[in-house]
Amino acid sequence: MSEIHTELLSLENVHAYYGPFHALRGNTLTVQKGEIVSLLGGNASGKSTTMKAILGLVKVKAGRVRFAGRDITQAPTSQRVRAGIASVPEARRVFPQMTVDENLLAGAFTRNDKAGIAEDLERMRDHFPRLAERRRQEAGTLSGGEQQMLAFARALMSRPQLICMDEPTMGLSPKLVDQVLDEIVRINTELGVAVLFVEQQAELALSIASRGYVLATGEIVLSGSAQDLLDDPQIQDVYLGKGNLAAAVA
Amino acid sequence: MFDTLIAGLLRGNVYALGAVGISLVFGVMNVVNFAQFSFFGLGAMLAWFFVAQIGLPFWLALILVVVICSALGLVINIAVVRPLASFLPLAAMLSTYAVSQILDNVSQIAFTAQFRVFPKVLPTSDFQVGNMRFGTSDLVMLGFTAATMVVMALFLKYGKIGRAIRATAQDQEAALQMGIPVALVQHVAFVIASALGGVAGVFIALYVGIANPTSGMNVGMTSFVAATLGGLGSLVGAVIGGFVLGILEAFGIHFFGDSAREIVVFVVLIAVLILRPGGLLGRVPLISTEPLTGTFLGKGRPLRIPAWVWLIAAVIGGVVVPLFGGDYLLMTGTQVLIYAIIAAGFTVTAGQAGVLALGQAGPIALGAYASALLTLHLPFSFWTAVPTAGLVAAVIASVLAAPIWGVKGHYISIATLGVGTVIVAIIRLVEPQGIYGIPGPQWGGVSLSTPVGFYLIDFVVLLITLGLMWRIRNSHLGRVISSVGSDEVAALASGVRVRDYKALAFAISAFFAGIGGALLAHQYTYIDPTIFTMLMSLLVVTIVIMGGVSLPHGAVVGALVLIGAMELLRFTPELRIIVYGLVLIGVVRFRPGGVLVRNS
Repeated sequence: MSEIHTELLSLENVHAYYGPFHALRGNTLTVQKGEIVSLLGGNASGKSTTMKAILGLVKVKAGRVRFAGRDITQAPTSQRVRAGIASVPEARRVFPQMTVDENLLAGAFTRNDKAGIAEDLERMRDHFPRLAERRRQEAGTLSGGEQQMLAFARALMSRPQLICMDEPTMGLSPKLVDQVLDEIVRINTELGVAVLFVEQQAELALSIASRGYVLATGEIVLSGSAQDLLDDPQIQDVYLGKGNLAAAVA
Repeated sequence: MFDTLIAGLLRGNVYALGAVGISLVFGVMNVVNFAQFSFFGLGAMLAWFFVAQIGLPFWLALILVVVICSALGLVINIAVVRPLASFLPLAAMLSTYAVSQILDNVSQIAFTAQFRVFPKVLPTSDFQVGNMRFGTSDLVMLGFTAATMVVMALFLKYGKIGRAIRATAQDQEAALQMGIPVALVQHVAFVIASALGGVAGVFIALYVGIANPTSGMNVGMTSFVAATLGGLGSLVGAVIGGFVLGILEAFGIHFFGDSAREIVVFVVLIAVLILRPGGLLGRVPLISTEPLTGTFLGKGRPLRIPAWVWLIAAVIGGVVVPLFGGDYLLMTGTQVLIYAIIAAGFTVTAGQAGVLALGQAGPIALGAYASALLTLHLPFSFWTAVPTAGLVAAVIASVLAAPIWGVKGHYISIATLGVGTVIVAIIRLVEPQGIYGIPGPQWGGVSLSTPVGFYLIDFVVLLITLGLMWRIRNSHLGRVISSVGSDEVAALASGVRVRDYKALAFAISAFFAGIGGALLAHQYTYIDPTIFTMLMSLLVVTIVIMGGVSLPHGAVVGALVLIGAMELLRFTPELRIIVYGLVLIGVVRFRPGGVLVRNS
């Protein structure tokens, strides 16, 4: 990976609320072009809310969200998708009663170039042969792993520069988890799309990410390169369980 | 026989058009859109106005109806329904109900309540095949519907916005994340539904030859049942449901007469809901919640009412009004008291058990008829007949409602609506003339059938009702029922037999509804089935929503405002309902937990 990055997404001191509940407390993070970044943290630490703030699904009360040089803090979700942010929602959320092809077309809703869409449809079928086989099948009938691939492909159909993925490995078997992580790397390297993803299992996440941010109770408490985070004793203690294990053995 | 089939197809045609609109809006917004009902009546009246009054050609009138209904639908969605999107579906549903009442009554003021003869714009019997006679008019209607359905199906399958509508219906949040402008999609769905409603209204007027501003409610209700029958959210289901109902209805009328219509419609509905809880083609979500539960109610906490307020209220209600109030005030007060009794009893079902039962007119009617018959034909006095009538209402309503408690989500409200409607329809079938000369209360040979007498009796009954409701609320039983309402799945997981407790709550509410009905009957001395309408059921619901859905004393406030204030302001019936619609929208919008519940 090259050392000279250009900034794609940045959150500056972002605050968000659910009613009176202060869910994000002044978070700052960046994603560079073509980078894989991981968001780590326990339950209710603000990972999903951070994703929502980026996608415009939760109102940002203070702070700024910038994408590709533009301030998108107040932009509606559809404009953000148009600008190049795609999402793979938590629990995949494919449209169950639409066919695989229709799901992909739904992902291209913001585009109007018919030829380009048709071309991308072909590209997705090449890239995900399983989806090509099942193109006329309702998405609800696919297996969990296939649905995850469909969710990836659907996100890619908007020709994004950045894909936000909320726990893409949730509810999948260990074998499928490896496949999904491989796929994230493949999307990143072959298509040059930056990926920001939420993951509960820190070690797995940091195995493919170049950098990571650790959230706790709505604040970013730690950030750095994947290797630095893996080596951090705090991370080892809290997220990797090694400290506890060591303590238990001793 | 074939004539009946044709009649069924033509009715079904109208229901299918209406049902598609209802299903479409339900799919993308998860809202049961009562405003849609008004478009049936409005479409009919507008077409009558354009054709019979102004003399426009029929096709132009049809286009104008579509344009006006579409525009009105858009305005309603922007002004009333969308702003409530962040609340639970119930808020929006009640508001659409209010809108439908406003529309119906504005239309009544504009066009008057008369039944108008709708001109025969097309020949109705110029064809004959074998024994069947039918006309160009019939063919045009069926053809128009068929064409509309085909266009709709293609639009939804291949159109960009059509696909967006389906995506939104299947997963609104995911659709939003794909960059689909969900608000726009909902506007489009609402506009299509409103236009279809208007057209359906024109067709029903063309078919029966009569137009009336309030005719929408009946057609709307049946279309709604058709949509439910097919599975809310499923458009193919809506079409099938519409035609199935139309045909069944036509044969029902053919064999059992016109009064069997509602019984056929709702018995079919209840049967389908029990056998296939999501409708014929609908899918039931694995975990579904009642429309009343969740954040809509969870928000805010009841205001604490100091003891002196209770005391003053009791003194004004129990001493000042009966001593100094004139007959008019006392009669109005009696109405307020009776509705307060019914609504206070209803809080255990709507608030605690979280079942928005929409058919309370049923048990009210049962109580009224039971008490009337007991005093007229059996040696019961007023004093023994009224509580017995409560029991009769509770038992019969519970038996009839017994099969529905496993039904989930919005469907349980619809099922209770069905039970209520069937009760009233059966009464109409058995006793269509009404009952005269119902005796009033006596004590020691002295007649208490005076305004003061009725007022004081009802005041005491209300106090007893409130006392009992508070006892139930704060008992172990009350807490179990509340657990069902606040989180059905958690209650089930804790070993609570959710179905049984819903049934029990309904029985308690039916008991007080029966008492209220009995008191009404003895005061009126005359009852007939036209008193116990859908409007009455919805009035009860509105009263408890207004006061705070789980607060028995909130029902008193609701009744005071919605019955008392309306009466005392001497509004005309139309204006009264318009004001009452606006009040409902305001309450739902700004005090979603009720006026006695502080927002948080």
